[in-house]
Amino acid sequence: MAPEPEAGSNSNEIAELLPPPLPPRRKHSGEGLHVAPGQSKATTAMSSVDISTMSFPDGSRGTFTTSAMRAVSTPASGFATPSRGASEDGLTDSMSVVSFAPTMRPAGDLASLVAGEIQKSRAWNMLRSQSATVQPFEAVEDTTSTDDLAGFEKEFDNIPDLTTEGVTDDQRLALWKSKMKHYMILSSAGKPIYSRHGDLSLVNSYMGVVQTIISFYEGSNDPLLGFTAGKTRFVIAIEGPLYFVAISRLGESDAQLRSQLDALYMQILSTLTLPTLKNIFVHRPSTDLRKPLEGTESLLSSLADSFSKGSPSALLGALECLRLRKSKRHAIHNAFLKVRSDKLLYGLIVAGGKLVSVIRPRKHSLHPSDLQLIFNMLFESGGVKAGGGENWIPLCLPAFNNRGYLYMYVSFFDGSPDSTSSEPIPERNPDTNPDEEIAIILISPDKESFYNLKEMRDKVAHQLDKTGSLAIIRTAVREGRPRINAVAPATQISHFLYKSRANVQFCMATLELTFDGPEPEKLVARRRLMSVYHQLHASMHTKHSHLKVLHCVGAEAASLAWITPVFEFYCVAGPNASRAVMTQGANKIIQWAKREEERLFIIGGGVF
Amino acid sequence: MADSAGAPRPSSSVKLVLLGEAAVGKSSLVLRFVNNDFQENKEPTIGAAFLTQKCNLPQRTIKFEIWDTAGQERFASLAPMYYRNAQAALVVYDLTKPTSLVKAKHWVAELQRQASPGIVIALVGNKLDLTSDNAGTTGEGEPGGGDGDARKVSTEEAKIYAEEEGLLFFETSAKTGYNVTEVFTAIANAIPETSLKSARGPGAAGATSRTEEQRVNLNGPRDPNAKEGCAC
Ligand SMILES: Nc1nc2c(ncn2[C@@H]2O[C@H](COP(=O)(O)OP(=O)(O)OP(=O)(O)O)[C@@H](O)[C@H]2O)c(=O)[nH]1
Ligand SMILES: [Mg+2]
Repeated sequence: MAPEPEAGSNSNEIAELLPPPLPPRRKHSGEGLHVAPGQSKATTAMSSVDISTMSFPDGSRGTFTTSAMRAVSTPASGFATPSRGASEDGLTDSMSVVSFAPTMRPAGDLASLVAGEIQKSRAWNMLRSQSATVQPFEAVEDTTSTDDLAGFEKEFDNIPDLTTEGVTDDQRLALWKSKMKHYMILSSAGKPIYSRHGDLSLVNSYMGVVQTIISFYEGSNDPLLGFTAGKTRFVIAIEGPLYFVAISRLGESDAQLRSQLDALYMQILSTLTLPTLKNIFVHRPSTDLRKPLEGTESLLSSLADSFSKGSPSALLGALECLRLRKSKRHAIHNAFLKVRSDKLLYGLIVAGGKLVSVIRPRKHSLHPSDLQLIFNMLFESGGVKAGGGENWIPLCLPAFNNRGYLYMYVSFFDGSPDSTSSEPIPERNPDTNPDEEIAIILISPDKESFYNLKEMRDKVAHQLDKTGSLAIIRTAVREGRPRINAVAPATQISHFLYKSRANVQFCMATLELTFDGPEPEKLVARRRLMSVYHQLHASMHTKHSHLKVLHCVGAEAASLAWITPVFEFYCVAGPNASRAVMTQGANKIIQWAKREEERLFIIGGGVF
Repeated sequence: MADSAGAPRPSSSVKLVLLGEAAVGKSSLVLRFVNNDFQENKEPTIGAAFLTQKCNLPQRTIKFEIWDTAGQERFASLAPMYYRNAQAALVVYDLTKPTSLVKAKHWVAELQRQASPGIVIALVGNKLDLTSDNAGTTGEGEPGGGDGDARKVSTEEAKIYAEEEGLLFFETSAKTGYNVTEVFTAIANAIPETSLKSARGPGAAGATSRTEEQRVNLNGPRDPNAKEGCAC
C-alpha cells in the first residue's frame, strides 16, 4: 500500500536508522567517538555540547540548567543526507571522527568550542586547506544514482489523469509511487477529501486502506500516530472528523510533519470555520467534504508544496520581514496608522513575500500560522494575484478566531519602480517580478467595509508615495536578502537562518549564489539545504533534548545549530569547514543580527 | 485615444456584477474585457474581485465598476452584497454545461426579486469556441479542440428564455474574445439615462465621489486604460 522502497536500495539499513515516533531510541550518545568501522554509508556525524553558561553577542551571560550529556536522537539521518557514493576515502571518514570528538569543557561562548578541536598533523591541515572552499553539496552532484533526492526534480509534475492517452494505469501508479511526499486528507468515514498527487481513481483504494488502519487503532483507544515502511515515514493526525496523513521520504521528523498537517487543517478551517466543519459531519458523517472545499485544492497544494520544497518560515514557525532602517519602518507604520479606517482590525504591507509593516489593535497580535495562510493564498497560489484588480476575501483566521470569518481587502501595487501611479493595477505587468510585488492587506470583521477599506488603501498609497516610502520599499525589495559575505566577511558559511524567538520572525542569507541555478537544479539544491536545516531543527527540538549547540559534519556539508532563549540559529557550510571556522562565522552573524535587530524585525508594529 | 483630446464627455460610473456557476468563465470574461487577455487554467476566484474599465460611448463615457464574484456555492450567501445597488448584471453560463444554465436562471430570478428594479441583466453563454458552429473561433487559433461539438445548450433555448425574461443575450468566447466587448457595450447602451443620473445623486453610496474623481482623471494625459477602452 505504501509507496514501496526501491528494490535493491539500502532500505533495511535506513529503516534501522529511523527513530520510532516516541520515545526516541538512543542512536548516538553524545559521548565517545562515533567510529563505525566498515560502515561505508555513515554520512552524518554529530557532536553535541551542553553548555551551562553562554555569552550573548552583547556580552551578557545566561545560565541554564543542564542535564548531563543527553542522547541525541538523529532524525532519520540516513535520509536527506545523500550517500557519499564513491568518496570512501579516508579524508571524509577521519573528518567525521575528528569533528565528533566531544567537547567536555563548558564553553564560555560558542567560539571556545574551537578549543575542543583535536590537533591534526600539518599534512592534514594542508590537505584540508586545499579543499576548504568546497561548497555544501558539491560532492553530491555526480552521485545521482545513490542520491536520496534522485527524482525530486519531478516531484511536482502532474500525474496524467485517466483521459490522457497512451498512459497505462500501471504507469500512473508508478508515477504516483515515485513521489517522495504525499499528503492525504480523508473523513473518518473514509471519504477522500484531498490528495496532493493523483486523482481519485488512483488514490481511492489507498485512502480506504489508510482509513481502515487508522480507525482500527482509534477503536482501540490508542490512536496511531505514525509508522515506517522501508524508507518512508507515515504520520497521522486526527482532527475531529478528519484524518490527515503525511507520507514522506524526505526525512522530516514526526513533529515537523505533524506541524505541516496542522497547517493543512488550518487551511480547511480558514475556508469553513470550525463550527461549520463540525456541523457538516454531525448531521451527515458521510458527507463529501470536497464540495464545500471546492476551489481550495490549489491552496492546500501550494501549502503542501512549500513544505516539500522546504520552507524556512514553516520550519521555524516564524515570518520574514523586509529589512528596512528603523526610522523608515516607523515612518511607514505611522503613515499607515494615520489613515486608519475605524473598520480596520489588522493592516499589513507585504513586499516580495516579506512583511514591511503591521498595524494592529493593542489587544490582538497576529499569529504566524494565520499569516502563513494569508501569505500562501496571496503569494504562493496564483488565484488572487492573477486576477488583478482589488480583492475582497472572506476568510477565517483560525488562530485568531476559528469560529467566524473576517474580510480581507487585498490589492497589489505595481512592482515596477517607474510607475508613479498608486492606483491599483488594472493590468498585470507581465514583467513584474512576483518576488518584488507590494501588496496591501486590510482585514476587517465587517463584511460591508470594502469601500471603506478601499478608501483607506488609496490614502495609504498616497501617503507612501508622497513620503518616498514606496521607493524605499522597492529598493529594499530589490536588494534582496543579505549576502553572507556582507554579514560575516570571509566566512566559509554558505547559508544561515536566524530566528528571533521573541519576535517570532526570522531572517536568512540570500539563496542566490550557492543555492541557485536553472531549474530543476535549483529546486533540488534548495531542498538539500532545507533537509539539513530540518535535521538540525529536529535534533534541537527533540522532546527532552537540552541541546544548546549542535555541530554536524557530513560528506556534503557541515552544519551548526545554536539555540538560546533569545534566538535559534542554524547554518551550513561546505563539508570541509572546520568547527573553528564555523563557530567564528556563527558568532559574527549573530552579532550582526543583534546589531541589526530593529532593521531585520518588526518589533511590535504600529499599535492602535 | 483620440477622444481624450476633445472635450470631456459626461461620464458616469456603473456598478456591474458577474454571477454564475463556478468555472463558467466569469473572471475570464472580465480579464478579456479589462486586459484583453486570456489564461488557459485560471484559478477559481476566492470571494470577489473588484475591477474597473471604461467604455466610451458616442455621447458619454461609462466607467464600469465590476464585481467579479466567486461561483462556488460557499460564497453564494455573499452575493447580495455585490448585486445590491448594481445597475447591471452579467449572468454567465457555460454553453457546454446544461446545469450552469439552470444555475443562471436561479440567479436571474434572484436578481429580479432582490436587486434594484431597473437593473439591466445580460445572459451570457460562454465558451463558444468549444462548439463547431460559431464564427468566432475560425478566425483565431485552433477551432475548439478537434471536430467535436461540445455544445450542450442550444442558442434557441437560451434565447427564448432571455426574451421571456427581458434579458440581453449573447454567446461569447473569453478565449477568442468573440462578442466580449459587445456584451459590455450593449449593457452600457441599455443603462437608462435616468439610472445614470441617480448614480450621481446622493442615494448611491460612494458613487458620487467616484464620479467626481473620474472627471478629474479624464483631463490627465495618461490613462492606462484608454487604449483598452471598448471599441465603440
Ligand atoms: N475554451 C474556453 N475556456 C474558457 C473560456 N472562458 C473560461 N475558460 C476556462 O474555464 C475555466 C474557468 O474560468 P474562470 O474564468 O476562472 O471561471 P469563473 O466563472 O471565474 O470561475 P469561479 O471564479 O470559480 O466562479 C478556466 O480554465 C478558463 O481558462 C472560454 O471562453 N473558452
Ligand atoms: Mg472567477
